[in-house]
Amino acid sequence: MTSLLDTGVQRVTAAGDAALVAEFPARIDPAINERAAAFAGALRAKWEAILRDVVIGYCTVTVYFDPLGVDGRWLEAEMRSMAGHIGEQEFESATVIDVPVCYDGDFAPDLADVAAFGKCTTEEVIALHAGRRYRVYLVGFIPGFAYMAEVDQQIAAPRRSSPRTAVPAGAVAIAAGQTGIYPAVTPGGWNIIGRTPLRPYDPARPEPFIFKPGDHVQFTRISRDEFNRRC
Amino acid sequence: MASLTIVRPGMLTTIQDLGRWGHQASGVPVAGPMDSYSHRLANRLVANDDSAATLEITLLGPELEATGDVLCAVAGAQFDLTTDSGTVSCGRAFELKHGARLRFGRRTAGARASLAVRGGFDVVPVFGSRATSVISRMGPFGGRPLAPGDILPVGHQPARTDSVSGPYALPLPQGGARLRAIPGPHDAMFTPDAINVFFSGTYTVTPASNRMGYRLEGPSVARAGGGDILSDATPLGSVQVPLSGQPILLMADRQTTGGYPKIATVISADTPLAGQLAPGDWVQFSPCTRAEALDALHRLERRLAGHAS
Repeated sequence: MTSLLDTGVQRVTAAGDAALVAEFPARIDPAINERAAAFAGALRAKWEAILRDVVIGYCTVTVYFDPLGVDGRWLEAEMRSMAGHIGEQEFESATVIDVPVCYDGDFAPDLADVAAFGKCTTEEVIALHAGRRYRVYLVGFIPGFAYMAEVDQQIAAPRRSSPRTAVPAGAVAIAAGQTGIYPAVTPGGWNIIGRTPLRPYDPARPEPFIFKPGDHVQFTRISRDEFNRRC
Repeated sequence: MASLTIVRPGMLTTIQDLGRWGHQASGVPVAGPMDSYSHRLANRLVANDDSAATLEITLLGPELEATGDVLCAVAGAQFDLTTDSGTVSCGRAFELKHGARLRFGRRTAGARASLAVRGGFDVVPVFGSRATSVISRMGPFGGRPLAPGDILPVGHQPARTDSVSGPYALPLPQGGARLRAIPGPHDAMFTPDAINVFFSGTYTVTPASNRMGYRLEGPSVARAGGGDILSDATPLGSVQVPLSGQPILLMADRQTTGGYPKIATVISADTPLAGQLAPGDWVQFSPCTRAEALDALHRLERRLAGHAS
């Protein structure tokens, strides 16, 4: 039996013949996510030369390798052995990133739906969303999309039943316990409650990506005027 | 410098190499060719490295014009190919003379062809790769499909030193394909009956399919209960099952992570074949072990190296 306090690797399993997944307990938990990040870091440090990629999920670490060059069974055994030695490694002091958000009108087409879900006013939704700090658990989906958690239960509205074909860049959205920012125009099923002038991914910047796992994020409400000034 | 100019782009023509690896942790998709075997074969036919950038051509092919003499080869889907000086064959290198045009005509098998040029397409790499990711707008030409007037620079073409001894072409699907897949990683989220349904059913590639993935239609695959998973990595060939029970086969332009449970993963030896499927084709999945997958991959490599089996 797995104790609720257990945050270690539960199993290492194959995802096809060119990837292996180390699974931690399946829940949104900062301690688990930190351990996953520490494990990913250890794998990169030791095997960077032979791994194609190392990807952190909420509670998984997936490694990609070339099955013609690397023995998957050997790598699996290595991962199991390394999993026994992941420490409680702390992130170097988490960066807090301030994200300005305009929650007005057409920037927030789903704000009313989220308020209906939470049986509260739209003002209360905004206060709850901007009223706490979030952790970046992973960056994935498309370049620069940060999955952040955990959204207050009251406004944790599920994904929309039918995804939009085009969500605008900078849209700030909620899905279940998660919140995120769409970096570019893309299809998307999350509830859109605001828009930020920030660009999570900008290839023209020296550092193209703003977010990385372990970062902390604070949303700050801004007016439409302020939004226009910062765009 | 030699180049090819797009006269007509065809349905969806993009520049691809072996993919943008190493940046998925920032959400950067791998992209790359749908049929990596034919990409590599086309490169070998013009004595390039496997990693050189090629054109991936989808269903309806383009018309291109050469500036300078360009050595070309086409592999993968079978098209009728003509140049100003007559017919040319898929699977064999040919020279396109300065000012001459190459036209892709009728397609007789497969869905996607790779066009390689000696020296590769010399476009600026983004995060170390020349692959086009349409969904994330990343890669050459801003990550968009090629358009009329685009000029594709051809890299330095050293004198050929060797004639390439014949690698074998990928056998193309005839109306459909049986793909071998390793169960998991989330097979425990499905009932044994659902896994049986998945591996015995016949699915159809629907028109809502693209380089990101194939939406399949067929026997519904039921979950054992519970919702989606917490988002994790999505390898090439993963078969996601949303609540609808209709599987999605993730292909070259897949997103880096996803929240649907994955019932199985198509083996590396069979993803090129999957890349040759078109809407309307049938698909079946057969269960496969990791040892069988590796054996199949070694056999495919020998085929590419020019050995018959």
